[in-house]
Amino acid sequence: MNEITITIDGKVIQTQEGEYILNAARANGIFIPAICYLSRCSPTLACRICLVEADGKQVYACNAKAKNGMEIKTTTPNILAERRAIMEVYDVNHPLECGVCDQSGECELQNYTLEVGVDSQTYSIKDTHKPVQDWGLIHYDPSLCIMCERCITVCEDMIGDAALSTVARGSDPIEAEFKETMPKDAYAMWNKLNKSLIAPNGGDTLDCTNCGECSAVCPVGALVSSDYQYTSNAWEHQQIPATCAHCSAGCQISYDIKHTSIANPEPKIYRVKNEWNYVSLCGAGRYGYDFENRDVVKHPEAFDAAVAAFQKADTIAFTSTITNEEALILQKLKEKLGLRLVNNEALAFKNFLSDYSTISGKTLYSGDLKQVHDADFVVSIGSALKTDNPNARFAMNNALSMNKGSGLYFHPISDPVICNMSKNVTQIQHSPMMEEAVLYLMLDLFGDKSAMPSALVEYLSSFHSVKTVTVEETVDEKVTETVTKMVLNEESGVEEEVTEEVTKTVKKKVSKEVEVDENALFGLLNAPAGFVDTLTKYLAKKEKFALMVGPDLYTHPNATNCARLVALIEKYTQFSVTMIPNLANTLGVAMICDLDGERGNYTIGYNTAGDFTLSALGDGDLDMPSLNQQEGTLTSIDKRVNPTNVALPYGGYVLNDIANAFGLNTTLTVEYTAHLPVDKGFKAVDFDALPNHYTNSGEEVRGYVLENLSVSVTGDESVEPFDASKAINEKVIYLANPVLQFSAFTARAHQLPSSGGLYVAQTAMETNGWSEGDCVRVKTSHGEVNTIVIADGKIEGDIAYLPTFDTTLNSESLFDGYRFAAVSIQKV
Amino acid sequence: MHHEEVFTNRNVTESSAYYYVDIESYPTTGWDKFKQVVRRTFSGELFIGLWVVMREMIKFDIHTVQYPKEKLPLGPRYRAVHKLLRLWESGYERCIGCGLCEKICISDCIRMDTRIDENSRKEVTEYSINLGRCIFCGYCAEVCPELAIVHGPRYENASEQRAHFVIKDDMLTPLDLLKAGAQEEYPGFGAIIPGSDDAVKKTPLAY
Repeated sequence: MNEITITIDGKVIQTQEGEYILNAARANGIFIPAICYLSRCSPTLACRICLVEADGKQVYACNAKAKNGMEIKTTTPNILAERRAIMEVYDVNHPLECGVCDQSGECELQNYTLEVGVDSQTYSIKDTHKPVQDWGLIHYDPSLCIMCERCITVCEDMIGDAALSTVARGSDPIEAEFKETMPKDAYAMWNKLNKSLIAPNGGDTLDCTNCGECSAVCPVGALVSSDYQYTSNAWEHQQIPATCAHCSAGCQISYDIKHTSIANPEPKIYRVKNEWNYVSLCGAGRYGYDFENRDVVKHPEAFDAAVAAFQKADTIAFTSTITNEEALILQKLKEKLGLRLVNNEALAFKNFLSDYSTISGKTLYSGDLKQVHDADFVVSIGSALKTDNPNARFAMNNALSMNKGSGLYFHPISDPVICNMSKNVTQIQHSPMMEEAVLYLMLDLFGDKSAMPSALVEYLSSFHSVKTVTVEETVDEKVTETVTKMVLNEESGVEEEVTEEVTKTVKKKVSKEVEVDENALFGLLNAPAGFVDTLTKYLAKKEKFALMVGPDLYTHPNATNCARLVALIEKYTQFSVTMIPNLANTLGVAMICDLDGERGNYTIGYNTAGDFTLSALGDGDLDMPSLNQQEGTLTSIDKRVNPTNVALPYGGYVLNDIANAFGLNTTLTVEYTAHLPVDKGFKAVDFDALPNHYTNSGEEVRGYVLENLSVSVTGDESVEPFDASKAINEKVIYLANPVLQFSAFTARAHQLPSSGGLYVAQTAMETNGWSEGDCVRVKTSHGEVNTIVIADGKIEGDIAYLPTFDTTLNSESLFDGYRFAAVSIQKV
Repeated sequence: MHHEEVFTNRNVTESSAYYYVDIESYPTTGWDKFKQVVRRTFSGELFIGLWVVMREMIKFDIHTVQYPKEKLPLGPRYRAVHKLLRLWESGYERCIGCGLCEKICISDCIRMDTRIDENSRKEVTEYSINLGRCIFCGYCAEVCPELAIVHGPRYENASEQRAHFVIKDDMLTPLDLLKAGAQEEYPGFGAIIPGSDDAVKKTPLAY
């Protein structure tokens, strides 16, 4: 990208070649009105209000690219007339219910109507009857809708559900006189608006992953959260800047709080908002906000019991839904009291990272989700992407749709959400335990063979063989024929018979034998037929490669080998590698805590069961604050240490109080922020000095990025061959959460389901003769559980999965670490 | 003796109507002070005052308002305890729960709870004004787009506690009163200015 100089309204600014004028203006603090445009998504050209004059020609700032030396005027008399007419059109028949509308003044229609100065109406059209629609978590009022299509755009370009589209409005045509009298662009915009309405693709109901991003981007009150509807005005909320506590994406959110009611002055979270131009939320982040530990008071006797338990204990078992500061307190307690710290999920990730660094020479992976957004070839291995980290899925979809990208998704469970992102994405449904083969395939396809260790190159070549195949192809063949025709002899005026030779081209099918290279890895991984050709097509003109790897690899029985292969991929291919940590702060815990494998005799459980349990879920022996009740930092997939703040009050004891009882004298938990281990890449920065915002150009100014430190390497790059016979081809079960769920905390939110079961694809339910709610016994070599069958429309194939968010199922006990297990399922 | 107060910068000029009044100088010694007290206490002026009172009393021509028995009429812009009105025809509450009164209230004493009702309308389930904090400025009535909250004429708020809440049921016109036609309109704060209709440009309608 070349740096270029353009002039907007006399202001000289620097931008990148190929950047849209609107984005260049926004990044430099120049205001150009725009309603339908979303940063990071493709221009919709619905509102046409971003008209500007570039080098004397009217263009739309949202889709006109800046050229070096361009002179841009944001207003001319004609543009002002267009904008005024556009806003008048938007106001035609718009219900005057601003007083009760849930947008309550945060309304772009209101803003631009005032900005443009609309004080009277010129246009009119007969209104149509548009009843409100209930789409479950989202409520649509078509009469408020201004058809900017931002919901459709974000759903398609960012989220990847493409669950919304336009349908006919059934309106009268616009009166002919307006076509003559009104400004051209305003008429065109009205003409389009007048023909369409938003509707779910699935008919009356919204069939999607319920991220609610459509309601976030809606500039008016047409799409709102059903739960929030009419409960509060926007201006009454205090906005608490925070980091979402559910998954490793670490999305920036704001908790909107207000008193519960007149009778109850306690603050309550009414909704979660996001800076939708820069960060997109999933449904768990948006709707799973009320997971706080309510009505907690200090019980000194419970605290004394906790201190006694710590004295007695030899182990602390915990989950990664804690802040970095708490993790540091646990580490300090370990050092002080000689305890073991047990967190198997974080330990697996920690080990994976350290095995990876034996080859990469770095403590952390190189990539982040920004690089995935910018890539044009994205590969995901070993992750149920849409539920492990919805933002990783959004990034992949965004790359596919915005960068004309293509992608590969390696996972045993067929995922229609991923497969429907683009026609340039293919899922390779390999068998469980074949992840190493996938990594080898990556090395084989993309590795720089001249640089790779020779043993590896040799091993990879062992999968190749030359095969002679008969291919049928059509060839053009020239055929010469002699034809006789009658030609008028001009001299004599008589028709004569003339013979002439005519050459024609005919298509002819021929069979021929060609020698092709056969890659046995394709077969081992169940790649679809014709995959070689698909891949060639996918790889045409691709420049930026991104690989995401997920928890299937960390828990893999040969995780060490997987980690080393991932490091080799990073080293010898053009891929940037991003690892998806399991939970909200798995990366932070893995960096801060020295973890142990086995529990001892007396365990303190923190948010997990133990002999003495500390819990933010309200079910323990001593209450702890949940992540929306405490300040601290969380480490995200982008290796970023993000600050989060207190949204709701908490009246009980915190982990720091226990630490203080053991002589770690610290008044506030956040005093530990500056003491996070610098030798692990953290920085000695005070909590209050951590920024938490995005700039107008979309730059993320949140906390700080962990330093990717160098570690010494031995130079040993040997990897073990994989054993294809280990592939599990029998019936398996998977350990993952359904859409909208991550942990016991999301299950506490009142808008999300609180209990889980065995999630089965629709087709598998039919083949097995199950119906929703049937009780089944799920049995693996490690144990069995009785639960109910729940249909999941967002997976396909035979593999069912058990969730971890419903702790009553104790799903983990059925697995031996690895997220797949052979299973027998019987209806009871 | 003349006591002069020094005026500074009070725009007092020769031509203005200001003049100095005779004020005798203050006694300085204790004896002088004592003499002044004795003189004032026993002068006949006291009895002049008492005589005026006596004379007016026996005339029986009293101009004082006999307050609890008798009350002065109130102007339409008088701002006493709030009322919530109902729509005349349907009997529905006029309040749509927009929250503007809550927002504009400068003493932050209005709160409301709203929800979506069975007819998908915004319903105000509870509304309260903390009269202990209300300064009766009238902003709430002025900002109300529906003429729903008005200042009524009730200014007698004796109560055991300053901060007794005014709750919605106290303020809302009871339905029986409405049916009896007893709901009063208040042409004061927040009411439509006469002639407003003429000042508005009509929006064209296609049907």
